[in-house]
Amino acid sequence: MSEAAAQGNQARLSSLLNSQEGIVLVLAVLAFVLFSLLLPSFFSPGNILALIRSVSILGILALGMALVVIARGIDVSMIATMVVSVSWAFVIARSGYSLEFALLVGALFAVSAGMLIGVLIAFGEVAPIFATLAAGSVIYGLGRTFFFTLEMQNVPPGAGWFSLIGQGRILGVPVTVVIFAMLCLALHLVLSRTWFGWQTYAMGNNPGAARITGISNRPMIVAQYAISALIAYGAGLVLASSASAINARLFNSTMIYDILLVVVLGGIGLNGGHGKVRNVILGTIFVGILLNGMTIMNIAYTIQNLVKGVVLLLAIVIDSLVNPRDEQTSQQGDL
Amino acid sequence: MATSEALLRLRYRLLPDRLFGELLTKSWIDNVIPALALVVTILVMIWIVPGYLTVANLTDLARQVSEFGLIALALTIVILSGGIDLSVGSMFALCVLAALVSMNVLGLPVGVALVATLATGLACGLLNGVLIGYLRLRAFITTLVTLVIYRALYDIIFPRLASAIVGSMPVSPTWDLIGFGSFYGLPVSFVIFAIIAVGVHIVLSRLRPGWRLRAVGGARRSAYNAGINVKLTVCLAYVASGLLTAIAAFLFSARLGSTGADTGIGLEISVLTAVVLGGVSLGGGRGSVGNAVIGSILVLILTSGLIRLSMPGSVNQLILGLVLIAAVLFDAKWVKNRGKLLSKVYVSPTYLKLPNLTPPTGTDVLAVNDRLGAAELIGLGAVEGPEDVVLDRDDNLYTGTRHGTIVRFLAPDYARSEVFARIGGHPLGLAFAPNGDLLTCVGGMGVYRVSPDGKVAKVTDETNRSLLSVIDDSRLRLPDDLDIAPDGRIFFSEATIRYEMSEWAVDALEGRGNGRLICHDPRTGSTRTMLRGLIFPNGVTICRDGQSLLFAETWACRISRYWFDGPDKGKHEIFRDNLPGYPDNLNRGSDGTYWVALLGTRTKTFDLAMRKPGFRRRMAKRIAADEWLFPNINRGCVLRVSETGEIVDALWDEAGENHPSITSTCEHKGWLYLGGVSNNRIGRVRIAGADPQWTAHDDYWGKR
Repeated sequence: MSEAAAQGNQARLSSLLNSQEGIVLVLAVLAFVLFSLLLPSFFSPGNILALIRSVSILGILALGMALVVIARGIDVSMIATMVVSVSWAFVIARSGYSLEFALLVGALFAVSAGMLIGVLIAFGEVAPIFATLAAGSVIYGLGRTFFFTLEMQNVPPGAGWFSLIGQGRILGVPVTVVIFAMLCLALHLVLSRTWFGWQTYAMGNNPGAARITGISNRPMIVAQYAISALIAYGAGLVLASSASAINARLFNSTMIYDILLVVVLGGIGLNGGHGKVRNVILGTIFVGILLNGMTIMNIAYTIQNLVKGVVLLLAIVIDSLVNPRDEQTSQQGDL
Repeated sequence: MATSEALLRLRYRLLPDRLFGELLTKSWIDNVIPALALVVTILVMIWIVPGYLTVANLTDLARQVSEFGLIALALTIVILSGGIDLSVGSMFALCVLAALVSMNVLGLPVGVALVATLATGLACGLLNGVLIGYLRLRAFITTLVTLVIYRALYDIIFPRLASAIVGSMPVSPTWDLIGFGSFYGLPVSFVIFAIIAVGVHIVLSRLRPGWRLRAVGGARRSAYNAGINVKLTVCLAYVASGLLTAIAAFLFSARLGSTGADTGIGLEISVLTAVVLGGVSLGGGRGSVGNAVIGSILVLILTSGLIRLSMPGSVNQLILGLVLIAAVLFDAKWVKNRGKLLSKVYVSPTYLKLPNLTPPTGTDVLAVNDRLGAAELIGLGAVEGPEDVVLDRDDNLYTGTRHGTIVRFLAPDYARSEVFARIGGHPLGLAFAPNGDLLTCVGGMGVYRVSPDGKVAKVTDETNRSLLSVIDDSRLRLPDDLDIAPDGRIFFSEATIRYEMSEWAVDALEGRGNGRLICHDPRTGSTRTMLRGLIFPNGVTICRDGQSLLFAETWACRISRYWFDGPDKGKHEIFRDNLPGYPDNLNRGSDGTYWVALLGTRTKTFDLAMRKPGFRRRMAKRIAADEWLFPNINRGCVLRVSETGEIVDALWDEAGENHPSITSTCEHKGWLYLGGVSNNRIGRVRIAGADPQWTAHDDYWGKR
């Protein structure tokens, strides 16, 4: 290795360590080492696999959120879309239609919900946070009122292949993890190799400039929210398959904050315009280690929530210290 | 043809088109739609819910409004500062817990419990405030995270104390009074809420902290550059939010005496819906206590009505979400398009028919000549916008400039000039009082007095408000010219009440009587409007009888006479109409005549356009302002009219190079001095055969 290249590597390493991503990486490694030393059952192949599997669903959801956040948006309606579309699909399947048809209907519902949200944001010019906050409430209310009444919707009987998604293994690796990995690869290719990905980054960096440059911001926004809704639906299927049921109460849980936790901790700034799939993976693993460690330590669920909240808050504080906003350049109405 | 014109005239006289634009300029228009929605919702509820108007129901509603409304106030303050507080629901739960633990478990006195509750709210709010105000975190994500944290704290503490809270009941009359008492039929908690709401309203709309808050929310950067402590203001907004939420929690605890695992869950969405529905703009800076209260009542009526109709909770959630989407959508579109809509509809043309004009023939007195072509120029390039010119008894020449000063050119050759006084606005009409004070109408400001040593004092800047005018017409917008009656009363014209100084020419497109004649009486210090509905009243001059005055109505191309004193007091008649151009200032001349400055000549095209209001409306709506058809205000002339209104002389600049644009004249010792509102020069020409000793001072006030 030449000296210049070594220096370049060193510079890259030091800049990585100074960035939030680097800090989280170090924290993740530290937590991993700490838990491995302190918790005897932590460092075992079975537990590591279980860890990755348990956070895979979170990771899949975070992929959808990451796409939206990179384009300077946010989607807090993902959980609502997930539970309502999957529950509805199960209800349809149970009422006599084939599971494949039912799943297609569910997918169509998710995509149209995402597109409507996108239209509201792109054409209605409503701030994404308010649009998705309200849309989550509407989607959930709609589902509970018209599509299904029971909170728990079991997987319809007689669909053996469906349970493979959540419970099967390929070469010893859980299918859930394989799906997460494949989705990571797909999103990585989309973001780094396609016009769609490049334009997403451009929109996140500077929406006004992107529009002037000729990017069709509005159709792009609609597409991004449709994709995130579809990913939410996919995550819902994986979740339902591994638990043999889907619980609509998830909408009221803190799951959406867990997704944000993954994205923000991984280092995808909420300002938009930067962040990669590897940030999602990093965030997912860190949150996974955290949750798994706390579960093994038998910490109560409520205290886990508190810890997650504090960690997320610290991550945001660090994010704002690393990328400070100043009075002259901050934008009006930038929440 | 005649019938259709008569119909057109009738339509424009009867339909007040301008009201729409004027209503849009009012700041209270933001509140009208939520208020209407509230009325409609109440009526619908009375209609579909049986027994809605019972005392029990209304009392219950009032108690809920006081708790919910306080949280809405909290959120309003934060949104006004340009942020958002999603943690109100969890803060509320924590504060309820603090109140109940103090009262039920620890058995503390009510005062101490209140302090404990407020301290809890303060701590929660302060954390938000420090994070968002001082560390500059994003409000949305930060309060979302504190929502989780506060909720987790509640979930950790509440199960351990739940049985203790339920197990004992505090014995405290004050506590019961707050929870269940009433005051002249009103629930005590509602009275508390009303007092707090009025207090917050006063702070937000009348006191400095409120103004700073709005400034920070409306234009953060400008507020920072103006020296407002932005970080502190934002931080205090969240602290206020915490405190108000704590008070709400205190009232809630006193009313219910217990709490459940789901206290405060989803509260942020319903409060947010209420606030946005009430008309508080999410962009920050726009909104009021009234908005928050209207929105809270609306949302509570909606949710309680749905409960009474025994709808499941999911319907409630669905409807709240839909309402929130509609409100946010309306807010986004309204804020974005209100200004656009206003600029499209504000110009409101009306029908104005001018008499036919026969063009002057070769021998006519109005025939074009070149008498101004040889005018001597004073201060070429040194003055900007000398609307009016006037000379004092020592022959010095005074004029106002666009820079907000009155400039004095020194006799005898007017080569040297000095700034006589600094006013701050563009001085238009000028006139000397008998004691040597110079009085001036200042565009956008009012009537001012300048003493001979250059001291400026305000004479008046407002008149009586007319009862039915939508826009506030008490403030003087465009006082134009003035003159002084023998008894010292000042009569002045206000050209238009609908446009500012910078866009005075747009008033020409309306052709409506937007102007008025106003009188200021220095003996009583009062200012009263004498005549209103005048079409751009401009020049004013007192007639030699001392009982009447002449004033020009520019776009109507006429001069009218008004008797303010004597046997004909109050009479108003046309002195001379169908002028060949748009009359501006009027001034006395020698030999009992009057000088009329025409700022531009009429054209057949524009006369036709004045009879086609629909055309002018389409023009103002559809094309950019710099492409509009305006009257000719570039080339005019000077007319001399006799005491009876006959035109006896006309002075033109045939080549249009030396002094074509004229807005005022002043005859002084055989010379005629000329001003023009957009000129860079003052002109003067010798008047053949004029009395070389005649001055306006002598004509008005007698020889010195």
